[in-house]
Amino acid sequence: MSDVALRMEQVYKKFRKGEVYNSLRDLLPALTGKMFRQQELNESDNREFWALQDVSFEVKHGEALGIIGRNGAGKSTALKILSRIIKPTRGRMVVYGRLSALIEVAAGFHQDLTGRENIFLYGTILGMTKREIASKVEQIIAFSGIEEFIDTPVKRYSSGMYARLGFSVAAHVDPEVLIVDEVLSVGDFVFQRKCVERMKEVICSGAAVLFVSHNLRTVAEFCNRCLLLERGRLMMTGSPNEVIQSYMQSTRIISHDDSRAVEISQVRIRNRQGESVRFESGETAWVDVEVTARRPRTKMAVVLFVRDESYYEVFNTSTERLGLGSFNLESGETFACTFELRLNFANGTFHPFVAVYRYDTETLLDQMELTSRIYIGSESDVRGAVNCFPRVVRHEVLRVTSGASV
Amino acid sequence: MREELRELYRYRELLYMIAYRDIKVRYKQSIMGFMWAVLMPILIVMSGVVVRYAYALAAHAPLKTADIASVAVKSLPWAFLVSSIRFACLSLINNKELVTKIYFPKEIFPIAAVMASFFDLLVASCALVIFLFVVQIGWTPYLLWIPVLVLTMVLLAAGIGMIVSAASLFFRDVKFIVEVLLTFGIFFTPVFYDVGMFGEKGKWLLLNPVSPILDGFSAVVARHQSPDLAWLAYSFGFAVVSVLGGYIFFKHLEPAFAESI
Repeated sequence: MSDVALRMEQVYKKFRKGEVYNSLRDLLPALTGKMFRQQELNESDNREFWALQDVSFEVKHGEALGIIGRNGAGKSTALKILSRIIKPTRGRMVVYGRLSALIEVAAGFHQDLTGRENIFLYGTILGMTKREIASKVEQIIAFSGIEEFIDTPVKRYSSGMYARLGFSVAAHVDPEVLIVDEVLSVGDFVFQRKCVERMKEVICSGAAVLFVSHNLRTVAEFCNRCLLLERGRLMMTGSPNEVIQSYMQSTRIISHDDSRAVEISQVRIRNRQGESVRFESGETAWVDVEVTARRPRTKMAVVLFVRDESYYEVFNTSTERLGLGSFNLESGETFACTFELRLNFANGTFHPFVAVYRYDTETLLDQMELTSRIYIGSESDVRGAVNCFPRVVRHEVLRVTSGASV
Repeated sequence: MREELRELYRYRELLYMIAYRDIKVRYKQSIMGFMWAVLMPILIVMSGVVVRYAYALAAHAPLKTADIASVAVKSLPWAFLVSSIRFACLSLINNKELVTKIYFPKEIFPIAAVMASFFDLLVASCALVIFLFVVQIGWTPYLLWIPVLVLTMVLLAAGIGMIVSAASLFFRDVKFIVEVLLTFGIFFTPVFYDVGMFGEKGKWLLLNPVSPILDGFSAVVARHQSPDLAWLAYSFGFAVVSVLGGYIFFKHLEPAFAESI
């Protein structure tokens, strides 16, 4: 199953900003106006922008590809082109096999129909045949866990029930190419686990999966390969960990110029011996931070946080939370502080971050990932994020004596 | 275009499903439900009877059963055309979520709207048949023309439906224009009156492609005559052109739907 399931070839997509005439009342005067002012036509060139530029990639069967990028990077456009809702301006997109998109769960539901009727409606919209749905309907209802309400009109459903039913239908489509967009975040924890399991089944069954998400942890968990989009361009392809890492580093650039009022001018992490990246679990580390202001700013705090390998935040603190209060800076002034941490992390790689934040207005003034990771090694094999320094203090084998109840 | 039609065929189950949904929702939603299919035509028939009664008074002639039958038999197809176009016109806008999120041939929406209205027509036709039976309008072999007349009507409705649905997606005021045209269209179409009443000038009315069809219904049911074949051919040609033209127009604009809605 190594054949190509989906291929994008040098796809470009152009959008037009600015005025759009969406009624004849506006269009007709505009058209007559245009006839007299020919030169204005050139102006329209500036109103265009490229949402995607020269994007090429392919996905093979049995492969899960993640697409990440910041808001406006072109993820949604890529997704819409993939699901054939919009056409690329240039380039080509080829799909081999049945494509199904879980773009927004339950978009196809009708309020006045019952849950059961909606299963048939939405299933057909997603490309299943009536017979196929009929054979799976009990399975779908059981998966959704809302058997009691299945013959109630969905307008009486809670939003959670609504989303669960939607996902349950979508999860049973058995596509050859599946596009998933942030739909795994529905329902409670138990349901989410169920969804994740189901997605893994789909991947194992040999389908190609495209996964678009802001949730880097899920991307890292699911995908074998990852793409990074930035301003409509494909910046990087590689293993999820590599791509996520470079994506996180690029988030330092909040604005590209010198317009930042406050900047983290220096960060250093050290142990007792001096600057280091390798730590024992439980060792003490010091993080030195210097923040310089170009323009006066008030009520700031330095935030220190740590993410694990899949970029899930495992620790967060700040000068303000530690009881120091906020600080103010005049232009040219520098604020320096040192955090002391006991690194009670389990074995693995951790990414320390520093940010300057103002809590009351919730503004992020600067943020950066430390170029050095924290590599934790310890003698005991502790998995997970934290080290609770476990020990086995008692062990014995208990025999069940005959006749005793279990 | 062949490729596109093949795709539409592949998605036929979805077409039935959407039509079924529209019917079900309409009949479930309100007390109007079932009434919607019957009430609208009954209102049109009753207004027609009033108008006809006024004609008869003015002409000092009695109101004949055949006249009432003629009005009734023309009102139903007219009600079908109006409701098809009205629902088709809004079909894309009302299904915005599906238009922007999931791929399938979007002509399914206007076509399903026509199918749902056709279902209403069938329901109303049952009532009409009973009525015609009661007034003893009688049987004639010319009734075999009815499928042709109905087909012409359906093609015309589908063609116009596709055009107005796509147009109203791009221009929000199209639906108001359509609404006005549908409201006043009845005065330019021989629903309440007969083309024959205008004598020689009647053929100007027949230029309206709906007129020969309605006149055909009146001819075969009420007058027990053959429809005017030349004019019927004109309407049929018009209907075929509108459905093909409408389809091409719709497919041409379809790629821009998701970005423009």
